Formats: sequence, structure tokens, C-alpha cells
Amino acid sequence: MGKILVKNKEMVVPGEVIVEGMDYLPAGNVFRENDKIIAETIGLVNVDNRLVKLIPLTGFYKAKKNDVVIGQVRNITFSGWLMDIGCSDLATLNLRDASSDFIDKKADLTKIYNFNDTVIAKITNVTKTGYIDLTMRGPGLTKLRGGRLIKVAASKVPRIIGKQGSMIHIIKEKTNCKVIVGQNGFVWIQSEDPVNEKKAIDTIRLIEKESATEGLTEKVEGLLK
Amino acid sequence: MSYTKRKDGRKFDEMRKIKAEVGVIKNANGSAKFQIGDTIAIAAVYGPRNLYPKFLQNPEEGKLRCNYNMLSFSVDERIRPGPSRRSKEIGLVTERALSPTVNLKEFPNAVVDVFVEIIQADAGTRCAGICAAAMALADAGIPMKDLVSAVSVGKVGDKLVVDLDKSEEDYEEGATDMPVAILPRSDEISLLQLDGEMEAKEIIKALEMAKKACLELNKIQKEAIRKKYKGEGK
Amino acid sequence: MDNINKEYLMQILNKKIRTDGRKFEDYRDIEIETDISKNAEGSAKVRIGETEVIVGVKLEVGTPYPDNPDEGTIIVGAEFLQMANPEFESGPPSVQSVELSRVVDRGIRESKAIDFKKLCIEEGKKVWLVLIDIYAINDDGNMQDAASLAALAALSNTKMPKYDKETEKVDYKERKGKLPLSKMPIECSLAKIGEHILVDPGLDEERLLDAKLTVASIGNKIHAMQKAGVGTLKVEEVETMLKLAIEKNKKALEKINKK
Repeated sequence: MGKILVKNKEMVVPGEVIVEGMDYLPAGNVFRENDKIIAETIGLVNVDNRLVKLIPLTGFYKAKKNDVVIGQVRNITFSGWLMDIGCSDLATLNLRDASSDFIDKKADLTKIYNFNDTVIAKITNVTKTGYIDLTMRGPGLTKLRGGRLIKVAASKVPRIIGKQGSMIHIIKEKTNCKVIVGQNGFVWIQSEDPVNEKKAIDTIRLIEKESATEGLTEKVEGLLK
Repeated sequence: MSYTKRKDGRKFDEMRKIKAEVGVIKNANGSAKFQIGDTIAIAAVYGPRNLYPKFLQNPEEGKLRCNYNMLSFSVDERIRPGPSRRSKEIGLVTERALSPTVNLKEFPNAVVDVFVEIIQADAGTRCAGICAAAMALADAGIPMKDLVSAVSVGKVGDKLVVDLDKSEEDYEEGATDMPVAILPRSDEISLLQLDGEMEAKEIIKALEMAKKACLELNKIQKEAIRKKYKGEGK
Repeated sequence: MDNINKEYLMQILNKKIRTDGRKFEDYRDIEIETDISKNAEGSAKVRIGETEVIVGVKLEVGTPYPDNPDEGTIIVGAEFLQMANPEFESGPPSVQSVELSRVVDRGIRESKAIDFKKLCIEEGKKVWLVLIDIYAINDDGNMQDAASLAALAALSNTKMPKYDKETEKVDYKERKGKLPLSKMPIECSLAKIGEHILVDPGLDEERLLDAKLTVASIGNKIHAMQKAGVGTLKVEEVETMLKLAIEKNKKALEKINKK
């Protein structure tokens, strides 16, 4: 029988053995070496049936198909835009995927999305060599106007959103801000009142810092009183 | 003449006092500070990010790039700022000490940059830099098979010792310095250098001492990481 | 800088507030730590908000300039370490880091903060060279002020090593006596963005500013200035900036005198 050496939800650091024996399967942020499953990053152990994975506590954004992300135009080519979505490589937004509206092939692309513009887009494809394709055809996928943008660690995004969007709901409601969280950790915030915007940002930073503390929701509610 | 007593009263297999801290540079993706005795190193990690010039890019996996530098005032005789032959070599061996542990398969064409700065030097700077860099890489979330630890061992006079300080390196009757980095889970060696004079069997014995010391170091490194992420557990 | 945050910064300034919640005339918190590197004759770390700079002072014996045979001198250098900012590149010192070190140098030199004559060992032959090296550790804007403050803090905690005239060697292990530093020329940088004057610009403000003025002062006396940025300044704006600089420097002076 396999032996679990680290309890569920305990923290591990790279190189620590989580499981001995072949009964368990490595699922994410862990790897198998002989009969052991070992942590590959700093994270919390999650054993689900026979699957062993880590919920990472740090790290950068790993692009996944169907993720909705916020990106910024860094370059414009003959056929589309190159966007920074927080990965080491720029993602490609092709002209034909750029909008639900018709775009003439001869159009001046800077008039549609200019350098340093910020957009919401969806990932349609990721290749093994790191190429990422985006689309902006679909509901809610649009250029962002006004507001401000901050960047948080992508590993903290699930906590900022909360279960079924509970956390982000509290932030929006209590600060009266519009907030859009990209899966890549780019967060857009807008309100009429800069004080409220500052409040929303402070809250997001708090969640980022204490992302897995017990009673975080209460803490957030306390801060937003 | 026999080397009977260490100046600071340590046992021959005892390291100096160690302090480790993770998350010391806000802008970096990962960072750490490591102090052993009077040697202080800080390390910062940026990336994975785009690698330029482009011909260095590898479409199959990312690249680890390490840079080692001593601040001009970290030693008695001021060092001219800027890269030296020594710092370039140490950057390279640091890279080799860490590469066997990092998994950069997921980052084709990208680079992970590690910057090590020695703030204060009292021997053992490359090993302190490697310890700091390993913690900084973990802090940045770079996938790693193990957390590397490194220590200098060697011979002062007629005695095998762990963690030589500057006065021991300069011991007038001769000293041999042997920096070692170890992957603690497998006991494999990823940095090995030697300057001085030792016999083969002494080297093997010193390596055993290094292994033991690295296990101790590894605990401290892991503790420092846990401390930063504490409150995020449970 | 992206368009959204650029427009945001301009808009919010019209509401008389800054992106980090500061008022225009607010300086960020300053932290000073001295004696951070024991092989240096003097050293200090300064934090202004999240900006962090460390400075070390080393002393060497050299020959004086022929026109000042009885005076030692200072040599200031700065390196923007790549760890401080993802945009910093490797290679020789950038123009920006050269400017930063020269402005620190002028503040100290022009205010005669150090009595160079007291750095003379043997007239015409041997004088002390005070080497001040500045390293940026984390850049969150306004490294100029952090660098000059760290240089002053390091100088004020510098101890002179022993020089043996017989052997012509410096003994760095035996240090005693202070460096002849008698004044504290504090530097304060002010940014002009549009019509607004901001004290102690942060990184986003520094990227967008039209003009910047760094003012080194002691009390009401100004000893060095440096205008940066591609935009221009009106006389009235300079007047406002000088007033603010003199006012703000009191706080930094208090901090450094406590050390």
C-alpha cells in the first residue's frame, strides 16, 4: 500500500516527498520519481482519491485553452496583434478573430486596437512551443476603456474570485467598482471615485498576500466596512 | 604544526550562524537573502521571460542564466564595479549547480534570470549565493526537482573543516577550499571545485562532511520558504 | 506604459490625488539602516516606499590633483543592478546611472559637506580618496533621493582606516575616527506632470513626468540642482518646487540625524 507522508492541505516546498508507493498518481505541480511523488513547487497538498496534486502558492501564468485573460497590445503585424498576457511569449490575435464585427483587410489596425491598448480576450489555442492564439469574438470580449489595471500573481486569481465568485462579488458591492479579473492575473478596476478604487486595490492586494488564511472573507469584509 | 582550534570556537564540522529570508525584493518574481557568518548574499529571479538575442532561444526548453557579482565594498580592498573574469566563472558554476534541479520544459524560448549579489564577504560567497538562488527560484514558482544547498568544505592546516571563513582561507600554513553543492534528496553533487592541496581520500571524507552540512542548510532554506508562505497554509 | 494606466494617472491627478493615495506634497515613508556591510568603511540602506538603495564607502590612498595638492576627494559611482527592475539591462553603467551618481556627487561637493583638506595625508603626495558606490536594489521610483540619502547615511557612519606611512599600506581592520563630514545636503526630487507638481515621484509618475527637478539643500541654501525630463519648467513652477524641497528636506534630515 502507498503511504501518504504529508497531510492534505499541508504546505510543501520543491523536492519534498509527498507519497511513497505506486497506488497514487501525480496530477499537477508534482512529479513521479521511482515509487515516490514529489513536490515541484511551493504549494498545498491536495489528495483526491488517488490523485495527488499541489495547489500552487506562487508562480506565473500558464496559458490554457478557453481562459479569459486581459492582454495589452505590444506589437502590430500585417495580420493582427501581438499581446502581452503575462507569459514569456506574446500571444497572437489574428485579424479574423479580432472582433465580432467585420474588419476590412485594408483597415488601419492601430485604429482598432492601438499600441498599449488593453483588451479582454479568450485563449483558443496553445502550442507546446509556447505559441498562444487569442480571440475577441464572443460575449464580453472587448477593448477596455477607462479605469486602471493592476497585476497580481496568477496563482492568486482563484482566491480573488472566490467560490462561485463570492469574493469578487463582495469587493464589487462594497466598493462600488467594476472589477474584471483575467485568469492571467491582470485585473481591471473602474469607478467614479478614486478612493473606492484604492480600496478595491488594497483589498485585492490583501487577498494576494494572505490568499489561504482562515477567515479571509471576514477579513475582507472588515477592511471594506 | 597542527590546526587545533578554530578562531571562533566552532567544531571542525560546524557551520557558522545561518540566517535565511525569502521575498526581499519587491519587483522580482522571486528573491531571497542568505547569510552564513559574515557572508551575505541576496538573489533575485526574473522570468520566465523572453530571451534575447534571439539566436540563444531554444524552442525545446527554457534557459537558466545566472549572474554573480560582488558589491565593490563587500571586501577590504575595494573591487572595481562591473564584471570580472572571476565573477563570470562563478556565474557559470552557479548556473550548473542549479540547472539539474530546474525543469524548464514548459518555457520554450524563454529565459529564467538569476541575479546574485554579494553584499558582504567573509569567504564562501558562491555557496551562499547558490543557497539564496535556490530559495529565490522556488519563491518565483519555477518547477524544481529539489532545493539545492551548498557549502564550502576543505582543509585548514592538517584538519578537514566545514564552512571556512576568510581567516581560515588565509591560514598561513596552508588551506584548501572546496565548494560543494548538493541535491539533498539524491545526495548528488552539482558544484565541485577545489583550490589547494588534498589527498583523494580526504576529499571523499570532506564530501561526506559537506553532505551532512547541506542537509542542515536545506532545513533552514525550507523553513525560510515556509515562513514567507505561512498563513497561506491550513 | 499602457494607455489605460496612463490616462488614469492623468485623470486622477486632476482630482488632486495620486495613484497610491498620496497627496501631491506627500513624501513616502523613509527608512534608514546603517552598517549593513562590515567590510565597507561606512554603509547604509535607504528605503523610500518600496524603492531600496544601498551605499558603501571605501577609502583608498591616492595622489591629489595638481591644482589641489592638499585635498582628498570623493568618487561617486552608481550601478542599477538588474535585480532592481526587470527593465534594467546588463552592460556598462547606463546614462541614467551616471547622471544619478553625478547629482549625488555635486550635492556633497558643492555644499562642502566634507572637509577635503582634512583628507590630506601628505601634501602633494598622498590623500584619501573616498569611494562612494551606490547600488539600486529595488526601483519603485525616485532612486535619486534614496541614493543621496543613503550616501549621506553611509558617510556619516564611515570610520577612517589606519594608514601606515612607513609601509604605505592601509590597515582596513583597524578603523578609528570619523570621516570629516560636517553637513547634510539632502536631495529632494519633484516631478511636473501636466500642470501638477508632485513630491517624490513613484515609478509610474516617473515614466510619465514632463520634467523633474532635483534640489540639494541645507536649510534654506540650495547647493545643487538638476532638471530632468524632456518638458520645460516655468519660473513660478521652479519657485514652488524649491519651496517644497526645502520643506521636505527637514523630515529626511531628522531621520538621518537620528542614526
